[in-house]
Amino acid sequence: MSNLQISNLLAQMVLGLINGAFYALLSLGLAIIFGLLNVINFAHGALFMLGAFIAWGLLHYAGVGYWPALVISPLVVGGLGIVLERTLLQRLYRLDPLYNLLLTFGVALILQGVFQIQFGSSGEPYEIPQALKGGTDIGFMMLPTYRAWVMIVSLVVCLATWYVTDRTKLGSYLRAATENPGLVQAFGINVPRMVTVTYGLGVALAGFAGVLGAPIFSVSPEMGSERIIVVFAVVVIGGMGSIMGSIVTGFALGMIEGLTKVVYPVASNTVVFALMALVLLIRPAGLFGKASP
Amino acid sequence: MTSIPTSGRAPGRWRSEYTVFAVMIGLLVLAPFITYPVFLMKCLCMALFACAFNLLIGYVGLLSFGHAMFMGGAGYASAHAAKVWGLPPELAILFGIAVAAVLGLVVGWLAIRRQGIYFSMITLGLAQMIFFFFQKASFTHGEDGIQAVPRGVLFGFIDLNDTTVMYGFVLVVFLIGFSIIYRVIHSPFGAVLTAIRENEVRATSLGYTTDHYKLIAFVLSAALAGLAGATKVLVFQNASLTDVHWTMSGEVVLMTLIGGLGRFSGPVVGAFVVGALEFKLRGGQITVVEGVVFVVCVLVFRQGIVGTLSTALKLPL
Repeated sequence: MSNLQISNLLAQMVLGLINGAFYALLSLGLAIIFGLLNVINFAHGALFMLGAFIAWGLLHYAGVGYWPALVISPLVVGGLGIVLERTLLQRLYRLDPLYNLLLTFGVALILQGVFQIQFGSSGEPYEIPQALKGGTDIGFMMLPTYRAWVMIVSLVVCLATWYVTDRTKLGSYLRAATENPGLVQAFGINVPRMVTVTYGLGVALAGFAGVLGAPIFSVSPEMGSERIIVVFAVVVIGGMGSIMGSIVTGFALGMIEGLTKVVYPVASNTVVFALMALVLLIRPAGLFGKASP
Repeated sequence: MTSIPTSGRAPGRWRSEYTVFAVMIGLLVLAPFITYPVFLMKCLCMALFACAFNLLIGYVGLLSFGHAMFMGGAGYASAHAAKVWGLPPELAILFGIAVAAVLGLVVGWLAIRRQGIYFSMITLGLAQMIFFFFQKASFTHGEDGIQAVPRGVLFGFIDLNDTTVMYGFVLVVFLIGFSIIYRVIHSPFGAVLTAIRENEVRATSLGYTTDHYKLIAFVLSAALAGLAGATKVLVFQNASLTDVHWTMSGEVVLMTLIGGLGRFSGPVVGAFVVGALEFKLRGGQITVVEGVVFVVCVLVFRQGIVGTLSTALKLPL
């Protein structure tokens, strides 16, 4: 392989890592929600899109920039999530979890449709904030500062989430309630409230990812739906057993996707699904998953 | 799923189900005099598609979120067979069914390794992979799709280019598919499927290899979805990415849900309701309304139209 090819390979891997950052953030949120609620949140992609649109709307209508949006948008999305959980999801916990899957799918359609009516299918551009413009030469490529920022900040957020759920008192309640909600409730911990807060936090992560993604992907109603299907595959590959598992799987698959762009470009958007099929053959419970189902 | 009825042998079951058959056939024969035949043909194809889907969710308890791949895949296959290879319609459709069945065998074999929510996510993921394949493959002509597919002459003497003849053909195809599903549900095989839905562990302990049953049901459902897709392509004379897109997989869930999960005539009613909605609305509006209907159905209308009617009239429909 020539030097040029190697540097191209490395460059695509770095770019892949950035996609992986989004997979990790989104699958992390899904995993947290699934752990406690046993619900696969189909609305996750739409809430990611909502997060991006809130950032765009803040800038466009109110002149509020990227940095405040990075806080406001997850708060709004998380708030909406809490309302959703309280008013809708909560009614279905006693039934087959498939009903909540269908419910959140409906919510996703509503959100996507509303934005389609309002903004059409073409994307709205969102400019990179002044402080993060430009790039650095890292030898084999020009790394745009914004992308480096996305990678670092999402890694920090992922690790912080892992720390909270795995190493703190609050996290231990959370994990205990995942194992046996009835028992935790008997110890005097308000499990329903914890469930609500968890759902809020999980979707706030999606909103946060949306703001991060706004300057990279064009802000459009469909930006969430295709991406979330890939994230579902990531979740199947990783298995929803561990938080760290979904972080590692997310980043790794982004990188593999980047590599495929160089080696066999036609397969770049199917490689994750092909890997999913492979994992199902070898280890149906997923790489980090506990035994089925 | 919890609110699905078991198809018990209530007294009068046969009479009421044959009445449903007769009323349905009567309405479908008269319908073209009242409304557009092309609209009706589309609804019939979607109804068959939804019935095939219902076989899985309603009777085995498997929620496939990727059924568009069978419908759209068969559509592409038969469009290619009819247009490029010049096969007559009956062979083109058979080829479409075969492609869907083989695809169903592979996908089902992979997907039944997991249950519940995972099963749904796996089928969705594999369907997305198939979508990208059709988007990239040269024979599908990407965004343009395969256009001007000839309807051809059925069995060498029935010219399908006439709308009335085509309607008759679609109606017959629908009734054949519908009857197959009805027979399967009410066979000993169907009883085992229901047992798996109700309690898979118990079915296993009774000596049934549940994975075999699930796989056969999956392939059957895929093949029938393929029949629907292949027929739809002949109606509209084009095969496009719309039919393999995930929105189509969502739509079939919606049709079945509105009509009534696990009710053999539910998906037919659901298909016509969704068909009418799409006829009246456009673009984003459709998406919003479908979303709202999803939410409402799941929250307060889990029995669907046919389920609610059936409870009210105390009849198995």
